[in-house]
Amino acid sequence: MENKEILLTMRKISKTFPGVKALNNVDFTLRKGEIHALLGENGAGKSTLIKVLTGVESMDGGQVTLEGKPIHVKSSQHAQTLGISTVYQEINLCGNLSVAENIFIGREPMAYGMIDWKMINKRAKELLNNLNVDIDVTKTLDSYPVAIQQMVAIARALDISAKVLILDEPTSSLDAAECKELFTVMRKLCNEGMGIIFVTHFLDQVYEVSDRITVLRNGELVGEYEAKSLPKVELIGKMIGKDYEQLQQIESAKKAHMENKESYLTCKNLTTEGNLKNLDLEVNKGEVLGLAGLLGSGRTETVRALFGADKILGGELSVKNTRIRNNKPITAIRKGMGYCSEDRKSEGIVGELTIRENIILALQAKKGMFRFIGKKEQTKISQQYIKLLDIKTPGCEQQIKNLSGGNQQKVLLARWLATNPELLMLDEPTRGIDVGTKAEIQKIVLELAEKGMSIIFISSEMDEMLRCCERMVVLNDKKKLGELSGNEKNEQVIMEMIAGGKSV
Amino acid sequence: MKKGILSKNFQLFVTIVLFLVLFLAGSLRYRGFFSAQVFLNLFIDNAYLIIIAVGLTFVLISGGIDISVASVVAFVGMLSAYLLQNGWNPYVVMLLMLLIGSTGGFLMGYIIHYFKIQPFIATLAGQFLYRGACFIISTTSIIIDNPVYTTIANYQIKLAPKAYISISVVIALLVVIAGTIMARFSKFGRAVYAVGGNEQSANLMGLPVGRIKVLVYVLSGFCAALGGIVFSFYTLSGYGLQNIGLEMDAIASSVIGGTLLTGGVGSVVGSMFGVLIQGIIQTIIIFQGNLSSWWTKVAVASLLCLFIVLQRIISANRDKFKRKMLNNA
Repeated sequence: MENKEILLTMRKISKTFPGVKALNNVDFTLRKGEIHALLGENGAGKSTLIKVLTGVESMDGGQVTLEGKPIHVKSSQHAQTLGISTVYQEINLCGNLSVAENIFIGREPMAYGMIDWKMINKRAKELLNNLNVDIDVTKTLDSYPVAIQQMVAIARALDISAKVLILDEPTSSLDAAECKELFTVMRKLCNEGMGIIFVTHFLDQVYEVSDRITVLRNGELVGEYEAKSLPKVELIGKMIGKDYEQLQQIESAKKAHMENKESYLTCKNLTTEGNLKNLDLEVNKGEVLGLAGLLGSGRTETVRALFGADKILGGELSVKNTRIRNNKPITAIRKGMGYCSEDRKSEGIVGELTIRENIILALQAKKGMFRFIGKKEQTKISQQYIKLLDIKTPGCEQQIKNLSGGNQQKVLLARWLATNPELLMLDEPTRGIDVGTKAEIQKIVLELAEKGMSIIFISSEMDEMLRCCERMVVLNDKKKLGELSGNEKNEQVIMEMIAGGKSV
Repeated sequence: MKKGILSKNFQLFVTIVLFLVLFLAGSLRYRGFFSAQVFLNLFIDNAYLIIIAVGLTFVLISGGIDISVASVVAFVGMLSAYLLQNGWNPYVVMLLMLLIGSTGGFLMGYIIHYFKIQPFIATLAGQFLYRGACFIISTTSIIIDNPVYTTIANYQIKLAPKAYISISVVIALLVVIAGTIMARFSKFGRAVYAVGGNEQSANLMGLPVGRIKVLVYVLSGFCAALGGIVFSFYTLSGYGLQNIGLEMDAIASSVIGGTLLTGGVGSVVGSMFGVLIQGIIQTIIIFQGNLSSWWTKVAVASLLCLFIVLQRIISANRDKFKRKMLNNA
């Protein structure tokens, strides 16, 4: 591996934004045919480094060479002509155009002064076949699932240039099978001599696919490592710059309480609008219950049903031994439930409103609109939670869209905590959040449970689930496969359950 | 595959079927309705609106709106009548009108893109400006008696012994053909769809979004001015209160023809049929004889509602289909 030819080097890269030193003498080296993971917490400088490399931002100092020649990237178009392409986290294509057109727009092959559609469709088909995708390229992009759209974005990037490919969080909306597919393609491309820079939050994926890892912290280079020779615990330590202790503490906090079991919510034979089938579930007071399963297994559908966001078509739902009929979100809120949805941007925050207004929303809804909460009271409540959850903001009158993802998530937590819920449902509360804040949120969850709140916790990261949850319900294909608690639950068992698709 | 094409053009299909149904209904109910000339008159009477609708369709596909077009038509009529009266060469006048329309479009487009002003407001300003300028020229109507204009206006191209079209129709059809080719087969046209679909993505895909957005308004201004010239052939006069509300007729035609006001979807041919449907409703009401011409508006209003609901259902079905695919995957 060591003797691989060097493709791209970045030496002593510096970049200062007003008031922040975003990059400080950072070095980065990419070799031909390797997958190089670029890791770091939010604000570590990963995205700034990528932006400098792709010409979106200009650097203040440093040198970049591609295949030995110094380059000076001026714009993202320039980067593309040099051979550096990027696929962004949010898919930047047009859903209303055909798949083929999305690959070729702006560079359409022409014949007799007109766009050569036959050629476009033919070449698009070939390109996608190379990526093991076989679809009708004349259909509009939005008729395909996100995973396919991601592949189309990659196909576009590849057709433009084929030296350096940057994948910025490409897997955040893919499920495990789709990730596997993507990794296969990535390896294939590497074998053809391309260098791939892989930015992600999922550490498991880093180990699954990367050859090498570069870690950044606070705008500085921590180091470059061979993936094989860097254990995960050490990697996390390097990323957050503190010892693993914090994470260990969580482990011990959890074990402190395990006994008293008093049921808070039960459902029997639940069938819902969201296609859940015959679900039995029990949530006890003061426990953290995990819902495990792959994307689309019914995790989100379960909490949506409990919260009244999806209609219940059959079966029974009772809270504290009273049956609930015709469940609606407002009923659920008044019964003491709270739900942080997985789509923070569109189902969670109201970007234009301030932090204070965002926090008060659910509480005001619970009280009803005729019992207005005074501004003074609102400010008091907000400040209390900003302090309690350590939300990093200059004040509670900031627009929430200006906060980082992790802090937005904390505001959403505060929104529900303000209603003083008995059951809090958290759907992917740590997605897209850096490791430090993740640990904080996990800690808050456990503390809340200790105080007697019931919590339903959903996460795609098995580690996190195992760390936080006392009991786990495993779902697959909108059905419950079984429950695990205490020592029975480990990654292996759960994977086997899902893979086997049958109850244990 | 076949099904995909149908669903993609479903609304255009519905629009054309509706047109045929209306024509058939008129033919069955009224004596003398079923004739080539009644059909051709739809084009003759609406040539200017077709031209305007083509330009506007591009604006709507790009996600914008242009409500200045009706005033452009009035202004072009007024100014050309005035200049012709003062002995200007008619061809120079026509060229000048096209130039004024395009320049006005350019200015509005520039303001919209570079100063981030809502298209509605920017073109509202344009609407007021053109309309006001009409009355600076004259508060009364001016007759056009230039021989070139009257010759073009009265020239009949015989298609059959009892069927003819005007030169305006030829211009309108050329515009529709050029517009269709531009929308389907030019880089500019496809970029307009991309910008309307997702402006940010279009930008990141390296498309010159700013230039495209400005060009779209230039095109709309050009078409409005051309429509204005054709309209002066039709009326042979200029008057400042002419065509108030015409921009809404053009927008309605586009929507009936399948254009989404949110951008990214639409077709030039669809807009032409949108105009023709409005025309045929008008014709039916004239044949009926005892109805006020305002019933046209009532009928168009109901059609608009119908089509908006139809669009909603189509896109809802697509979402449902997508979710189903996701669940199956």
